[in-house]
Amino acid sequence: MDFLKDPLQIAANWLFGILAGWGVADLWAQVLIGFLGIFLLIALLMVVDILLVWVERKVVSRFQSRIGPNRVGPFGLIQPFADIIKLLIKEDTTPEGADRALYNLAPVLSMMSVLILWAVVPLAPTILGVDLNIGVLYIIGAGAIGTLSIIMAGWSSNNKYSLLGAFREVAVMLSFEIPMLTMMLIPTIFAGSMGIAAITQAQDVWFFFLAPLAVIIFLIAAIAELGRAPFDMGEAESELISGYNIEYSGMKFGMFYAGELLHAFTFGSFWAILFFGGYRFFGLEKVSAFLAIAVLLFKAFIGYWIIMWVKYTLLRIRIDHMLIFNWKFLTPVAFTLLMVTAFMNALLAASPTWLYVGGMFLSNVLVAWISLELARFAAHKEREKTENTLTADARR
Amino acid sequence: MSSWVYVGLFFLVGLIIPAGAISAAWLLRPRKPNPIKQMTYECGIETVGDSWVQFKVQYYIFALVFLVFDVETVFLFPWAVKLGSLGMFAVIEGIIFILILIAGLAYAWRKGMLEWV
Repeated sequence: MDFLKDPLQIAANWLFGILAGWGVADLWAQVLIGFLGIFLLIALLMVVDILLVWVERKVVSRFQSRIGPNRVGPFGLIQPFADIIKLLIKEDTTPEGADRALYNLAPVLSMMSVLILWAVVPLAPTILGVDLNIGVLYIIGAGAIGTLSIIMAGWSSNNKYSLLGAFREVAVMLSFEIPMLTMMLIPTIFAGSMGIAAITQAQDVWFFFLAPLAVIIFLIAAIAELGRAPFDMGEAESELISGYNIEYSGMKFGMFYAGELLHAFTFGSFWAILFFGGYRFFGLEKVSAFLAIAVLLFKAFIGYWIIMWVKYTLLRIRIDHMLIFNWKFLTPVAFTLLMVTAFMNALLAASPTWLYVGGMFLSNVLVAWISLELARFAAHKEREKTENTLTADARR
Repeated sequence: MSSWVYVGLFFLVGLIIPAGAISAAWLLRPRKPNPIKQMTYECGIETVGDSWVQFKVQYYIFALVFLVFDVETVFLFPWAVKLGSLGMFAVIEGIIFILILIAGLAYAWRKGMLEWV
């Protein structure tokens, strides 16, 4: 029973005993066990990543009334492995005049920036890479390496399309980082800590019920941050062919592709952790660590599914509309929501739970309603102005 | 042991695995380069001109506006952590701080920095 509750600690103790028997110093034994654990977690992530390729292809084909991969193995499950073999033996050309060091480093960094995000993800109450007390800031900082890899790839390829793609992608990522940061402040206010584990532990009531609008804004900003449709400015395939990764082929392209999919899944899990209680589900996490992991992965998959749903349903938005939407609508709304949340949190701090949750929920709905009404009013005015100039032109 | 050692190990393993995959491909893949194959791609025609040219300034302006907000949000994180124990006074002060930030955004808006030119 103990093994089900805390399998990793028991395995670590067992290994530690063996290593101590061999006469390895305690410090080195700890480092070695940590290394093995991290290797295990990252290997698990790579397997999930390979499965995500299959999930993504299967889901997109269903959205487009196709069947998707169905030849290699049952339901086409072996297809991603066949893809990997193809990527491994594909010839890889470096464009002439490319900055070779940056060109080769970019795909590695792109994958790394996603993998290191999982250092702070609590998979179960006892299974957690590192319990940093600045977890939220770490997520933002590690995510910034992804932005860096995109501009490195785009600039070093010595290609006009990739440079354009990188510029657009970075502009979008920087802009949408502001509402995302602001929305990450809201779980921090509720939990009173920046640690991801503490935020999960604090969610006796899911933060979704305290801040439904924050969940939606975080999702929109996360989709833009991932560079997925409708915000896929970096690789708008009908305008820039393939965007920042146009000159990459073989395994280097594979790293960008796999990194993008895993990034989306990672943001699905952050979404679940920050607002939907992470591994917590009616005390199920206390039964077994394996159940807790299953709950977290299930919630993360729901988040990933919504991101895919948005991607394959909506059309791409023009870059100026996208940036104006962010700076003139999303950012002011996000800051207003932050102020309202902080104020209501202090006002209702001493009140019973039902009043606290209800007040929070209502204030969110109110902010959403007022901001949408203001946006509607501004749009009406804009339309009238355009129509007036059009009629004036026609009269002339 | 400090938890930052684990973070360092994460960086190391996170670098090794993608680098290993790319190195494996380097061992397995064929190599038959020729000058035409190595030209940068440009819609099937021959490459014209340099790609590293002067570029639209709009992107940098957005980056500047971003920078202000990014630095300010770093100040907001400690405020958010301690909000529960600081009471109403800190909340009002934080709101004033955010309002000054928004005034900056409004200034950029009025100056036309947010328009796409």
